[in-house]
Amino acid sequence: MFKPLLALSLVCLVGCLDSEEKTTEQKNQGLVYCAEANPVSFNPQVTTTGSTIDIIANQLYDRLLSIDPVSAEFKAELATDWKISPDGKAITFTLRKGVKFHTTKYFTPSRDFNADDVIFTFSRLFDVYNPYHFVGEASYPYFQSVGIDQLIRRIVRVSDYQVRFELYNAESSFLANLATDFAVVLSEEYAMQLKARNQENLFDQYPVGTGPYVYKEYRRDRLIRYYRNPDYWKHPVVLEQLVYDITPNGTTRVAKMLTKECDVTAHPSSAQLSILSQREDIKVQKEQNLNIGYWAFNTERPPFDDVRVRQALASAIDVDKIMQAVYYGNGIKAQSLLPPASWAFEAQKAMPEFNPALAKTLLAEAGYKNGFDMNIWAMPVSRIYNPNARKMAELMQSDLRKIGVNVNIVEYEWNTFLQRIGEHRHDSVLLGWAADTPDPDNFMSPLLSCTATFSGKNPANWCHPEFDLLLTQALDTTDLEKRKQYYNQAQRIIVQELPILPIAHGMRFQAASSDVKGISLSPFGGISLANARKE
Amino acid sequence: MILDYILRRLALLMFMMLTLSIFTFSLSFLFPGDALTNLSGITNSTFSQTSALEERFHFTENYIVQYFAFLERIIQGDWGVSFASGESVFQHIKDLFPATLELSLYALFVSVAVGVPGGILASAYYKRWPDKFINSGTLIGYSMPVFWLALLLIMVFSLQLGWFPMSGRMGLLYEIEPVTGFILIDIMLGNFPYDGMAFLDALHHLTLPTIVLAMYPTTVLVRFTRDSMLKVLDQSYIKTARAKGLNRAQLIIHHALRNALLPVIKQIGLQFSTLITLAMITEVIFSWPGIGRWLIDSIYQRDYPAIQGGLLAVSMFVILATIIAELTYTLFDPLSRNQAHGKV
Repeated sequence: MFKPLLALSLVCLVGCLDSEEKTTEQKNQGLVYCAEANPVSFNPQVTTTGSTIDIIANQLYDRLLSIDPVSAEFKAELATDWKISPDGKAITFTLRKGVKFHTTKYFTPSRDFNADDVIFTFSRLFDVYNPYHFVGEASYPYFQSVGIDQLIRRIVRVSDYQVRFELYNAESSFLANLATDFAVVLSEEYAMQLKARNQENLFDQYPVGTGPYVYKEYRRDRLIRYYRNPDYWKHPVVLEQLVYDITPNGTTRVAKMLTKECDVTAHPSSAQLSILSQREDIKVQKEQNLNIGYWAFNTERPPFDDVRVRQALASAIDVDKIMQAVYYGNGIKAQSLLPPASWAFEAQKAMPEFNPALAKTLLAEAGYKNGFDMNIWAMPVSRIYNPNARKMAELMQSDLRKIGVNVNIVEYEWNTFLQRIGEHRHDSVLLGWAADTPDPDNFMSPLLSCTATFSGKNPANWCHPEFDLLLTQALDTTDLEKRKQYYNQAQRIIVQELPILPIAHGMRFQAASSDVKGISLSPFGGISLANARKE
Repeated sequence: MILDYILRRLALLMFMMLTLSIFTFSLSFLFPGDALTNLSGITNSTFSQTSALEERFHFTENYIVQYFAFLERIIQGDWGVSFASGESVFQHIKDLFPATLELSLYALFVSVAVGVPGGILASAYYKRWPDKFINSGTLIGYSMPVFWLALLLIMVFSLQLGWFPMSGRMGLLYEIEPVTGFILIDIMLGNFPYDGMAFLDALHHLTLPTIVLAMYPTTVLVRFTRDSMLKVLDQSYIKTARAKGLNRAQLIIHHALRNALLPVIKQIGLQFSTLITLAMITEVIFSWPGIGRWLIDSIYQRDYPAIQGGLLAVSMFVILATIIAELTYTLFDPLSRNQAHGKV
């Protein structure tokens, strides 16, 4: 079919590109990271979607402080120092000097980072007089679900480089929450420039931060391009360019690793890990991670408002089979909501076990002897806590058929999916949560508190006053033993009431070309590419 | 005479566009959900926004008025906004269409460059081994589904041999300013940045999708050219020429080819619509950022304004291309102008 001439030119094309050996400098021109979804926004304050946080939070921004993944101690970032008052209600941060915001096509900073930026950033979350509070429907899901917007009384400017956060009451997880990927510092000067032009809506789409990379362009479904931040305060950035190749299909991401179109890929599926690890030029990293994959019931919608129905459904599921078929043995079967690595973890004796006979009895007791129809929403992307929700849903479908429950599996594009879950349009959903801090509260408040129900984060639509009280009590004290007790009780309530059925804790995987160095996986939070380089 | 013909074609074009626009317009009522939302693409609008939209879209009046308001917006380039991205559908189409067009044009070029000589060769060696070889080759190419061929080529050339990339239009680390949307032209306009590496890389990316997309039209053109040549070669004036002592090469080049290629020209034009259809599949497999992939994604996401806009743009383009092909063909072949009725 192909004429010799054509074939010849093809061979030349192949030859011409491969003939040159690339130097390190050429290699460090850029890195391509294959990401699994479009970012929802470029401001981490307004989203909790892990795929988005991975792309934006650590690359474009910095936080006041961070948590060391090994020692679990706070580390100074944009704040060099912080002092907590004896009653725990006031925290004074001393800010770093000489930090510059990004210079982009749409913004050139005239001053360094200072107290105004911190005040602007955090008052946006709770202060209705902040001109940006209502931009984007005033939705700050993470902060609202942990109640930060109800916690801060005011933020006081002590001097140019000192700010004081005054709280209504002392809360033990406050600093940990400020260390999450969501609590990044934004530029007040940029915000005010946009406001003067009446373009507030652009603020969350065209980011300006202090992080290692500077935003260049975003093309939906295709790519996101960042350039090196030449003025990065922490250390010189090696990579000239950082490009995210948006590839929702997991198999395509793996294929792109093989063809060298990606240097790093997020969440390669466990099924394909063996192919990748066979190759010498690709290394696969595997890391324990604080997360939970769960099955949540919409507890406001009959028949799921009946705890017996929830228990029946939970006992009908063969979790061991799921561990094999979906996690390929690379996961830990859940014994509670919290993963075993958390300090508040306690294995729950009352965790439902696979028992179809019991399930049938419970259903009959609840008045559904002949079963019913329901839907399971399966998330369309692969995340740490659930590498393949579709497959999990199919396994559950066949398990549930045996107790007379007919399952219809529902799928949407990821961002639409999350939005509709937030509106509680589902019967039940397979979803998960990856922790942002090692604090156990991070698993409970953002997922199952009553405030999370209102902000659309609570996928079980479940509001349990006793459970909420335990969470508040746990936050009110800094005594670790006491907190542990409260969280134990809270875990027990979850297993008894089963608003969600914890299924498994996944491992975090990442595949990278072996010449890529400097990307470490943290047990919590988004990925950071600040130190990435090629050798 | 020719003017008359062109006018008739134009009338036909207008009629087709009219039908198409009515169909597209009615889609927003046929799709599930609110017609106003489907047309404008604005979800969750407030009460005042809704009434402003109703006003602008003339939704309080009858369907005919609404339809004309719709036509007006289409002409102005206001095609609503996409549910998925919240951006203008027309802007999306403007960004994506050149990529599809570029791919299709190169594929068409390749298929003409390979298919026509292939067909001539086959007819020149009628029933001898080159003919048999080419014929069986086309049969395989003709019957091979596009997606299967694409996956096969990716398996062999991308994953096994690693010669060609499997996705996109060019390496993502090359940053090319989109001026025309045609990647090769944009690179040329940018004065071959990255020492020409970007251009090579773009060609490199183009290779597999072009081969895949060119496969079907090539086989069609080979068979068509061959048949057309054989038909001409069978005619008496060729026999006469032969009797006068012309050799085979003279016969084919000077006498047969001109007449045989006339229907082929028409066929090339008609292949364009097939190409656009096949391009959609090719784009999905090679992650080519064209209109086909976008349209299929939109269908998957139930993005009604995007589906509507995409369908309208693609069908308008196919109709235009077909009519232009017909007109060109008529310019070459005066006989065909005598048709009393139009056909597409």
